[in-house]
Amino acid sequence: MSDGRPLHVFDDAEEMEISFGPQHPATHGVLRVMVKLDGEKIVDAKPIIGYLHRGTEKLFEQETYNGCIPHTDRMDYTAAATNNQGLVLAVEKIMGITIPPRAAYIRMMLAELQRLASHIIWLATHALDIGAVSPFFYTFEEREHILDLFEEYCGARLTLNCMRVGGVPYDLPEGWTGRCRAFVDQLPGKIADWERLLTNNRIWKERTVGIGVISAADAVEWGLTGPPLRGSGLRWDIRKVFPYDRYDEVEFDIPIGTHGDTYDRYLVRMEEMRQSIRIIRQCLDRLPDGPVMAKVPKTIKPPLGEVYASVESPKGELGYYVVADGSDKPYRLHVRPACFINLQAMPELIRGHLIADMIAVIGTLDIVLGEIDR
Amino acid sequence: MADEPTPTPESPPQPPAPKPPWEEKPVPAVPRDAGDHPQVTELVAALPNWEGSAVEFAGQVTVTVPLARLLEVCRTCKEALGYRFLVDLTAVDWKDRAEGRFDVVYWLHRHRDEKRLRLKVRVAEGAEVPSVTGVWKVANWMEREVFDMFGIYFADHPNLERILTWEGFNGHPLRKDFPLEGIDTGAAVYPDVYPPGGGPKSAAGKGGDA
Amino acid sequence: MGMIENRFPPNPLITTYDAVFNWARKNSLWPMQFGLACCAIEMMAVMDPRYDLARFGAEVFRGSPRQADLMFVAGTVTEKMAPIVKRLYDQMAEPKWVIAMGSCATSGGPYRTYAVTQGVDRIIPVDVYVAGCPPRPEALIYGLMQLQKKIDRRTIARQAG
Repeated sequence: MSDGRPLHVFDDAEEMEISFGPQHPATHGVLRVMVKLDGEKIVDAKPIIGYLHRGTEKLFEQETYNGCIPHTDRMDYTAAATNNQGLVLAVEKIMGITIPPRAAYIRMMLAELQRLASHIIWLATHALDIGAVSPFFYTFEEREHILDLFEEYCGARLTLNCMRVGGVPYDLPEGWTGRCRAFVDQLPGKIADWERLLTNNRIWKERTVGIGVISAADAVEWGLTGPPLRGSGLRWDIRKVFPYDRYDEVEFDIPIGTHGDTYDRYLVRMEEMRQSIRIIRQCLDRLPDGPVMAKVPKTIKPPLGEVYASVESPKGELGYYVVADGSDKPYRLHVRPACFINLQAMPELIRGHLIADMIAVIGTLDIVLGEIDR
Repeated sequence: MADEPTPTPESPPQPPAPKPPWEEKPVPAVPRDAGDHPQVTELVAALPNWEGSAVEFAGQVTVTVPLARLLEVCRTCKEALGYRFLVDLTAVDWKDRAEGRFDVVYWLHRHRDEKRLRLKVRVAEGAEVPSVTGVWKVANWMEREVFDMFGIYFADHPNLERILTWEGFNGHPLRKDFPLEGIDTGAAVYPDVYPPGGGPKSAAGKGGDA
Repeated sequence: MGMIENRFPPNPLITTYDAVFNWARKNSLWPMQFGLACCAIEMMAVMDPRYDLARFGAEVFRGSPRQADLMFVAGTVTEKMAPIVKRLYDQMAEPKWVIAMGSCATSGGPYRTYAVTQGVDRIIPVDVYVAGCPPRPEALIYGLMQLQKKIDRRTIARQAG
């Protein structure tokens, strides 16, 4: 050959670029990742999103504040209650509304039940994608009980619309607290069962330990929040830092990890489930009597101004930036989506790993495309 | 009630017990100038020749920054003042405002004392905003989204392209003059099916669907 | 089946043939995992132990369209995703069916916006529409049963006209 190389040398510096998704069993929705591969090793990954962009932020400008709440359900559709909570908190902040204690405790219970339901979906799909099929069936059975509780309360299983500006729309139905307590009492045993399937499982550990590592400093730099941040060792949770809805009256711990890998994030979420049970129990014990709705004007017309309020959704910090102009519709309602920001760091987590680890990393970031694309 | 030895029929009525806040009419937040707010004073101290203004509303401080000094202010906030976490970056379209149609809003957080600060910069249509991806890496996708939704161009951004809408999308959706049903939405994706001007609601027909 | 289809008028041999093949097809529908949005979560719930779609034969959700014969369009079809939905539908082998699950797939749902296709039937033919936002798992099972009734009506006999 004219360049001096012998003929039989294979040039394996060639990179292959493949498109992962948007239809793929393991992308948790319509996510597309353009992956540059060197053999099986990932050199770079570029997520392409927008396949579920529905124009929600534009729709918000056409609806009244309470009318925006069903639209928020459909953003992070695995955790509708916390979506609702963020929006009503922002409007209550502008309007100066204080909600009654019973409403705050009901909201906390709904949010923590929702956190359990969302973490169950995370666990089921994360394990299913990595190859463990049984947790899906065990965990979803418990999730059906949670959805039964939601359905008794507000009539819907998934898109709850269960909060309003000023409180909650309905009081708890009769017997709800008893059923909730019965469910929550038997849940720790079930969580222990699920952990027995995975936590010390050698295959699970090989697929998750050391995969997708990010340091705490990098996590802050990339704006990660929620379990991806806590898995790297930073004990930061909106419920403790900017408490809302009487979270400062209940006791709970914030679990953190040490190595910032997928296994640590798994342990963090499992422990968060146990802490949620703890919060629900305290709320049930201390549930005060009283009204469930504050005295709010019939038409909610916040004055000209802007405010940001956030909640700790199961995915991370979910924030709502409301710009009000004195009318009954928001002038601008922007959502700070936890998953959108978390997904941006995905190339950092996946560089150097194998293509099979891409699945584990997407699962551990716990992304929901409805929130990413809005 | 205090013990009264001989209650008289015309004892003055006791003031009613104060009602809990959720039974009172809510008092909306009121904006006030925040020139003396600690977060603003330390920002002003770190920047020479300060010309911006600051407002406090509902407990949150917003500092309006002149566009020319945006990058300098952001760097100061991150390095000197410790706002290492950029929580949110977005924009608001004030269509009928005389100067500076858009507001680009930066919402910063400091872990040291868990304080948050909002920076706002007025941008005229067509003006370029310096990108802050060099300061906070997380701004990358946030600025892409603002570009996609509002058409605000960020200078020195690593890859400023549309992120939520698709290639060939016509317009910037969150601008106030963009119709909810889109301009020629279906046409870009499958031109042989939708005629130009077609889409979910055809531009001609009102109320019917295409 | 290419040679026998559409050759003979309806006759007793055909009815037995139809009965056997329709029974086999309707009781072993293999769905394709095509969850787009919130309805996908209810689609997952219909597979869970309580609502158990597996008893209808639709247990194996295939990842690849080439191995599936039923496409649940579960969720909002956006204009960006629409060409991909069409491509996946084309990649499925005959006989294939589509169930439009939820309001968004049926007619755009609550999203009459610039980015949403107002119903997946604008791009692919739909056999059964299941309304709801999201439809309950029981509603989805009812939709599947309606599809099974529709499959029962198939015949290889030569149709008049």
